[in-house]
Parts: sequence; structure tokens; C-alpha cells
Amino acid sequence: MRRPVGCVVLLLLASCGSGGSDGQRTLDVLAAASLTGAFERLAADFEDDHPGVDVRISLGSSATLARQVVEGAPADVLATADERTMQVAADGGGVTDPVQFATNEMVLVTTAANPAGIRSIEDLEDTGYVVCVETAPCGVVAAALLERNEISNPPLSYQSDVKAVEQLVLADEVDAGLVYASDAAAHPDRLLALPVPGSAEHRNPYLVAVTEQSDDPGPADAWVELLTGDRGRAVLAEEGFEP
Amino acid sequence: MTRPDRAALGRPPALLVVPAALAVLFLLVPLAGLVAESPWRRLPDLLTRPEVGEALVLSLGVAAAAAGLSLVLGLPLAWVLARVDLPGRGALRALVTIPLVLPPVVAGVALLAALGRNGLVGGPLHAATGVTIPFTTAAVVIAHTFIAMPFFVISAEGALRASGREYDVVAATLGATRWRTFRTVTLPMVLPGIAAGLLLAWARSLGEFGATITFAGNYPGVTRTMPLLVYGELQRDPRAAYGLSLVLLVLSVAVLALLRERWLGALR
Repeated sequence: MRRPVGCVVLLLLASCGSGGSDGQRTLDVLAAASLTGAFERLAADFEDDHPGVDVRISLGSSATLARQVVEGAPADVLATADERTMQVAADGGGVTDPVQFATNEMVLVTTAANPAGIRSIEDLEDTGYVVCVETAPCGVVAAALLERNEISNPPLSYQSDVKAVEQLVLADEVDAGLVYASDAAAHPDRLLALPVPGSAEHRNPYLVAVTEQSDDPGPADAWVELLTGDRGRAVLAEEGFEP
Repeated sequence: MTRPDRAALGRPPALLVVPAALAVLFLLVPLAGLVAESPWRRLPDLLTRPEVGEALVLSLGVAAAAAGLSLVLGLPLAWVLARVDLPGRGALRALVTIPLVLPPVVAGVALLAALGRNGLVGGPLHAATGVTIPFTTAAVVIAHTFIAMPFFVISAEGALRASGREYDVVAATLGATRWRTFRTVTLPMVLPGIAAGLLLAWARSLGEFGATITFAGNYPGVTRTMPLLVYGELQRDPRAAYGLSLVLLVLSVAVLALLRERWLGALR
């Protein structure tokens, strides 16, 4: 009776069973939502190369994840979609020595059918579209690009992260959205990607760091190595990222 | 019955008292944390920021609209549930409770599936009129009414059942129509229950987050309610988020104080 009760109490207070008792270790990776596809593939590779390590990826807005690391959420690795959010984690004592492993560029997407007939970012002036919230890296880039292209028509909604923008366009709830080239590349048949003037100047760097609280830095360091090595670069390139 | 004698019953057992004390602490500590961590000095400055005023006005307005819609649609439903012998009334009552137990995000997804631009109802509506519901203040009101109305219906139905049908029968024997009986006999008797239900629905709407962000989106002044602003502020300036949360806490306590007379009063 004692053990299950204790486990329930622990579950309430923290995460019970993290790592498990069967010798299986868990590598907790917090990653920007735009890294979804690339990190899921790399996690499968990693688990093949490191039997006994279970990679658990938690995706979200870089701002949310950086905050979680500062607040002490269980995490071994943090990967953000810009320097500012990584800096939040560093300032809060959550990480040290982040390294850049990729860059991304923002594009305008519509559904493949493009019923609204959008040809360029100018068309956002009379179209319902969505972007990321200003606190997320994708929101900072989107705001800069909208300003640079002098779009005065505001978006319909500020979504919490870039996948939430992508989903609304995929579901055809809105005519267009600003997402990363990698997000568009993940759905070549369903999304039409249009270049945005000025996006090259607003390329965002992706940074990765092992967290200070990682109690088992071995697998965490190995994850960073995988990411920055040949295999990581190849997967990231296939997923639409650039070095 | 006289008050039970403490000497006869003995001391309250520690097995009950200790968990009870823990429960009190469990409820109190987060609130204490919020009060302690709030940036009190910045509070006046924070509360006068335009986006805060916008979100507060939107939240209060939407909550009032959701409570109003709950009354207009929910009171007749509560009356039907309490007074009309429908086949499948149990199933109908279960339907009313579904939004109470549904995760709000799921409610948002369901609303999108029904009222989104390609939804069951939203699709034909968009095709016929060009109207899209999501991303509007109307969408926030719809989402909040979906979540909050069951609170009102259950409260009003309880009051209607407690008021007893015999008065309806008497009114009918005196020649009153059912509508007149409802208006002049039933309604005045259940007014406290209706008021409590309205407050519950209003308070639930004030705290709504999941269905709002999923179905209505997040745009300042249109769909960004206080809880959405708090969530967003947590990424930017956590202390400000604490301060805004405090505002919502004060509003909730005010609602509780209004309800006190009815609920705690009844228990005394």
C-alpha cells in the first residue's frame, strides 16, 4: 500500500518515475515548436545509438520553454529559435554556453489551393492571416517583416507558437500565416510557401545548451554533439533548416 | 437536536485533523505566493496600461454577455428539465453536464469543428454569407457561454426542483396558464437560485482560457481576455503576470463574497 500512495504524492509534487527504476534513463529535451519534425527524427536515431536512454521531447514557444528552465522544470537540453529567449534562460541561471546549430527564415504560407489568391505579402493588406505572439521568436520576426513591408492590416490572432499558426492555415481557418521555411517544407503538398522581402535580414539562429540542472550531462552532451555533427546537420537540412 | 457534546464524542482524530490542515495549507499557499510575489509598487502603473484596461473591459463584458445568454437560454432549459416529463430527460441532463467535465481546450476544438470556417455549421455559413466566427469577440462569447451555461442551468434547475411543483398545480387550478404561472409564481420563488447561477456562470467565464485561445484566438481588444493576457505576460514579465493575476483573484473573492450569503448562509 505504501509505495503506490507515495508515488501518487510524488506525482502531485513533482514528476514521479522520471528515469524509471528499470535502468532506463530519460533525456528531457525542451525544443522550439519549429524543431518538431527534425527533433523527432533525431530522437529516434539517438535512442538507437544509446540503448537505455529514452528521449522525451517537449515542444512549445521558446519563450515558454526558457521560462520553464529558469523555473526548474525537468530538462536536460534547451533548444530555442532565437538568441533572446536563450538569453532569458542564461540570465536566469538555467543554461551556460549555448551553441548555434541552425538558422531559419520566415515565409508566407497559404493552403496549396490558395483560394484567396495570395501572391505576395502585400496581399495581407486585405486578407485574414495569423502570426506568432510577440513574445515568441517567430512573433518577433513576423512583426519586423510586417513593419518592413508596411502591412497595416493587423493579424486576426497572435498564436502561442509557430505550429499553432501552421495548424490554422492547414485547417483552412485562415487564408495565410507567417511561418518558418522549415514548417512549410514539412507539408510540401498542403502548403504553398511564398518568399517575404526582407526575410533574409531577419534570419533567426537556433541555439542549444545543456541545462545547469541536468543531473546526468552525458546523454545531454551527446545530444548536442548529434545536433551539431554531420547527422544532425543532414537531418536539419532535409527538414528545411539552413546552417 | 442539541449541539453534540465534545466530552461525549472525544477529541477530533488526528487522522482527520492533520489532512484537513494540509488541505487548508494546500489551498492557501498558492494564493499567499501570488500576494507575496506581486509587484505591489508597480501595480498602479501596471493597471493603467492600455492593454490591461482593454483586456479587463473585454473580460468583464464577455462575462456579462455569457451570463446573460446563459440566463436567456439556460433558464428555459432548467425549467424544462425540472418541470416537463420528457422521455430521455436523464440523457438531456447528462448533456448539460458535459461542458463541466470537458477539458476547455477540447471544448475549443469542438467549437472549431462546428463553427470554424470549414465546420459543420460554420462551413455552410461561410459559404452562404462570408461570415467567419472564430477570431471575433462573438466567438469569445460563444465559447464562454458553452463553458459557463451548464453552471447556470444546474443551479437554476436545483432551485426550480426545490421550489416544488405544488404551487404550479394550485396556480393551474386557479386558472393561470403555464406561462403566467412561470412568470408570476415560479420565477419569484427561484430568484436567489437564478442569481447564484448567474454569478457562477459569470465567474467561470471570467476565468475561461482554453476554449478561448483555441476557438477565438488571441488579439488585443478583440479576443485577448485577462487570462490570455496573464498567460502572455508570463513569457515577457512574470512579475507583471502576478500582478494581473492578483486582479483576477480580487474579482473572484468579490464574487465569493456575493455568494456567501446564499451558500455559507444556508449552511449556518
